[in-house]
Amino acid sequence: MADRAELLVFWILAVPLLVSAMGVVVSRNPVNAAVCLVAAFFFLAGIYLLLVAHLVAFLQVLVYAGAIMVVFLFVIMLLAVREENLKEARLKTMQWAGIAGAAGVAVVVAQAIEASGRMPWKTVSPEFGTVRAVGRLLFTQYLLPFEATSVLLLVAIVGAVVVAKQRI
Amino acid sequence: MAEANHYLALAAVLFAIGLAGVVARRNILVVFMCIELMLNAANLTFLAFARAQGTMQGHAIAFFVIAVAAAEAAVGLAIVIAVFRTRGTLWMDEGSSLKG
Repeated sequence: MADRAELLVFWILAVPLLVSAMGVVVSRNPVNAAVCLVAAFFFLAGIYLLLVAHLVAFLQVLVYAGAIMVVFLFVIMLLAVREENLKEARLKTMQWAGIAGAAGVAVVVAQAIEASGRMPWKTVSPEFGTVRAVGRLLFTQYLLPFEATSVLLLVAIVGAVVVAKQRI
Repeated sequence: MAEANHYLALAAVLFAIGLAGVVARRNILVVFMCIELMLNAANLTFLAFARAQGTMQGHAIAFFVIAVAAAEAAVGLAIVIAVFRTRGTLWMDEGSSLKG
């Protein structure tokens, strides 16, 4: 019964997720694409909750839908993007080949998932995915990558300023 | 049945949509958004396997992926602004001077 409820919620979230992801790819105006992407991030956060990944779901909403998308929208507004017209957006042969390749990737991965058999859930402790448990993992086993991430973010901030500024 | 296969298939489709967007779209901002979609598909895979294995290593990796995506967005959008300033366009085909 609980399984069926989980599957129902999964489909309720997965279908709009795929629709909004398609919206990112096909929408002509970058602002529409950005709004579709925000919607996709929210649905994905719901799916993360379904996977008992509470911390990652909240980070998804805070960092992705909050911070990263705001940067995207700022850049779109700054650059006064025009809409693509049909002539420019006409797909070339290479791009059709690329789309076919992407579909091929999906088919191959689906086959691999099919071949690997069913992977049922393990029962997990109530601590699974909470801030406390993931934080403990980050500060013990993953301490070095965690600190390296802080350096990476610092370098990214400085790099972004250096690249985007006209004269330093 | 509750199992990881559904989530993995969903991640595969999401990744393929992002990949199709990267190769088909010529607006560099939309290409960036599609890259974010692909990173999210990878995150979904990590979390699905973490749930199936009952371990939390995947959550830590997903955390790092989000941090790297933030850094990538910051630097990438700075490059977009710099390119727009010198070339006045967001079309990827215009920036081909390195092609030789």
